[in-house]
Amino acid sequence: MPGLTQYVIWSLCTVLEMGVVVCALKKNAFRKYLLLNIYMLASVAVTVARFNVLTSYGFTSPQYIYVYYYSDALLTILLYFALGSLYAHVLSELKAERYLRFATLLLLAGTALFSYAVVEQSSTRLISRFVVELSQNLYFVGLVLTYILWGAILKMRETRIRIIQIVLSLGVYFSLFAADYALRNLYPSTRSVLSSVQQVIGCFLPLAWAYAFWFSPEEARMAPTRVATVPR
Amino acid sequence: MMAAFIFVVSVVIFLQFFVFYCRSLIAVSSKQVLSPEVQEVTGIQKTASGEDFNRVMQLLHLCPERPEDRKGIQAIGAYFRMLSFVGSTVARLVPSMKSWTDSERGHCTYFAAIALERRISFSRDMLAQQIDA
Repeated sequence: MPGLTQYVIWSLCTVLEMGVVVCALKKNAFRKYLLLNIYMLASVAVTVARFNVLTSYGFTSPQYIYVYYYSDALLTILLYFALGSLYAHVLSELKAERYLRFATLLLLAGTALFSYAVVEQSSTRLISRFVVELSQNLYFVGLVLTYILWGAILKMRETRIRIIQIVLSLGVYFSLFAADYALRNLYPSTRSVLSSVQQVIGCFLPLAWAYAFWFSPEEARMAPTRVATVPR
Repeated sequence: MMAAFIFVVSVVIFLQFFVFYCRSLIAVSSKQVLSPEVQEVTGIQKTASGEDFNRVMQLLHLCPERPEDRKGIQAIGAYFRMLSFVGSTVARLVPSMKSWTDSERGHCTYFAAIALERRISFSRDMLAQQIDA
């Protein structure tokens, strides 16, 4: 069973996720960043569902493990769509929303098929390994997509501080999770330690987004090159 | 093999995103002007020095915490330590890197001073609310 510290971090993370929605509502950004807020609300719902399964079946039960990994994969897919909406914000001048939606779905299907193909060749416990492999690949593809989006921000000279901060924090989040899942795959014995680390990482995104909604007004501007230029 | 590749690439990109994210936080605060009161307390007029960072952080910890700025301050603290490490290792060999790390460390101090300003006004608001109640 999780210890007191883990319960505290879990609760804190849920409060922060609700905090993002409250901050967005207070700053009139809820509709503009609808998918980001839906993702946060879904995270809260998933936390409640996981807690129910945990108390009913226990931490090491197959039910909890299945619910944990499947809900994680579903949340990551939702985060993909949130990322897609950020693409739409940045590339709004190009009127490419339809193509973006299609590209997001195509990538999603491609990642799922790739993960399935990798696991099918190497495992007898197909479904459980598939979900871990899928999560690792989804986070990594998310990271690559965020990196491309950051490139687009620099190229398109996007100046909205709020969007810049949301995208950069998403990049930090995806990279930490991708690294965490990759380590789990490399060293399965460290799973329990890395699970605790993952909980702490999970708090970063809601905090960073709440900060961006609260402290960076929609009209605030800055040159993204100011952030990205480092002397050599 | 695949997991090792993902791990290495993720760590490299993480470092890049982390630096950019911290710099975006700093860039927002650098536009704000410190009140004369905070200027007097911290000794920072227009530009801040990295040497003052620990002192400003100590002052910051004396004020009641605001949950919404905690992570930003922690991130900048980690960024400052990373810059100090780079400043005392790699930057000794590359002179342009030295001036860059010094300037970034100064920006970190300025960020901490702005956070201090916010915490002071937050404490004042709380006190005013308690008096009203």
